[in-house]
Amino acid sequence: MSQVKMAISVKGLTKSYKKLPVLTGVDFEVRAGSIFALLGTNGAGKTTIVKILSTLLKPDSGTAIVNGFNVALQPAHVRESISLTGQFAAVDEILTGRENMIMIARLRHLQEPGLIADDLLERFGLKEAANRRASTYSGGMRRRLDIAMSLVGHSRLVFLDEPTTGLDPEGRIEVWNVIRELADSGITVFLTTQYLDEAEQLADSIAILHQGKIITTGTLAELKALFPPAQVEYIEKQPSLEDIFLAITGTKTM
Amino acid sequence: MQTVKTYFFPDMGVMLGRSLRHVSRSLDTIITVTIMPIAMMLLFVYVLGGAIHTGTDHYVDYLLPGILLIAIANSAGYVSYRLFTDVQRGIFERFNSMPIARSAALWGHVLTSLVSNAMSLVVIILVALLMGFRSPAGVLNWLAIAGILALFTMMLTWIAAIPGLSAKTVDGAGVIAYPIHFLPLISSAFVPTDTMPAAVRAFAEHQPVTPIVETIRALMFNQPVGKEIWVAMAWCVAITIWAYIFAMRVYNKRG
Repeated sequence: MSQVKMAISVKGLTKSYKKLPVLTGVDFEVRAGSIFALLGTNGAGKTTIVKILSTLLKPDSGTAIVNGFNVALQPAHVRESISLTGQFAAVDEILTGRENMIMIARLRHLQEPGLIADDLLERFGLKEAANRRASTYSGGMRRRLDIAMSLVGHSRLVFLDEPTTGLDPEGRIEVWNVIRELADSGITVFLTTQYLDEAEQLADSIAILHQGKIITTGTLAELKALFPPAQVEYIEKQPSLEDIFLAITGTKTM
Repeated sequence: MQTVKTYFFPDMGVMLGRSLRHVSRSLDTIITVTIMPIAMMLLFVYVLGGAIHTGTDHYVDYLLPGILLIAIANSAGYVSYRLFTDVQRGIFERFNSMPIARSAALWGHVLTSLVSNAMSLVVIILVALLMGFRSPAGVLNWLAIAGILALFTMMLTWIAAIPGLSAKTVDGAGVIAYPIHFLPLISSAFVPTDTMPAAVRAFAEHQPVTPIVETIRALMFNQPVGKEIWVAMAWCVAITIWAYIFAMRVYNKRG
């Protein structure tokens, strides 16, 4: 074991659905307090890893330690120390934003659920919309509520499974800012994404999942060092359509 | 090693509060489980009742037990639907990744079904009273009626939970609603079974709704209760247990 405290360490994880092998021996570690991005194409098994680490699914073999607890042997302890934000914003659309927050605070058996709800709603810019039903929220707002619900309580580790899939550029930036804030407050963030720029923007370390294995892992600088040194070329930078969209609609970048 | 405390009852209370909000905020649910049965009761008593001969003066007295069972049957489809939405939206995944009693989420739905049915049945009985329904029965008989209705609700709720948890599409989730709707119609809920053709009559007399209707009717009017009720109750309990085990298995497999 290294000196640095690990929030997650996974060894030899395998999982098959019926005859179809999805994970064929996954190893990686996540440093406590860092943002870790798991990259992979659709169907690579990113969600399967998230489900195993969040105790929703049992692996066929291998060990996974989350916040010092063995996922297979101490699932209740793992659940107390993590939060999961699944691939689809799991908010109750019939309840208001505030009711959603209070429900989670009650289920985590916390004192003063109303105060906790108001505080987080304000932090996530949902104060105005707090008493509207979640079904009236935009995609970005729904995702923010979803993540806010994950932060109720004292989770040291937050799983975000493709948090920006299906969001418009503005919503994506909103969520990125939220993730940065999380990391600044010392929470470990485990992020899966299929967008390379998202990992590049946010992650302290990156792992690439391909054909059931982690084929490479490291910091962005380390991954870049795997390739021959970049050649310096001067090119005229055209604004991307995203830059244009954000400039016209007046959203601040970063 | 310290253990993690579980809070089954408080957790279930939160779940109950949540899905009761779903019921009370869904006009569609309220119409189907309360207004529709009342409309049917009005229709049968004031439009068709004159032509139906049941051997009683007050057709509403004859009809009420069947209407109560129809209201419960109508609510079963919504149980499937609410469970299906929770599975699809990832709400159950969220709950199951939290330190809460695992079955609390499912029991919350079942309890909601019991509580919301109790409320709609009270409203229906109040309307029946306005329409001239009178029962000489005492508290004990009414407690027995409440118990039978609760068991019937539990049975249909657990049956409805199975497609709700396992369906791939919302249509699939609702598939159980139709046969359940039909059960009270092909029974002695509206008319005595004597006039039905032999095959229909055989079905009507051997499905659980008929003896349940007959028993509730007997209890409401201080009549002797027949033996067939014990057979019907035994069936209800057996089906409830079977559906409970099956639904729990599907629920746990979902992870």
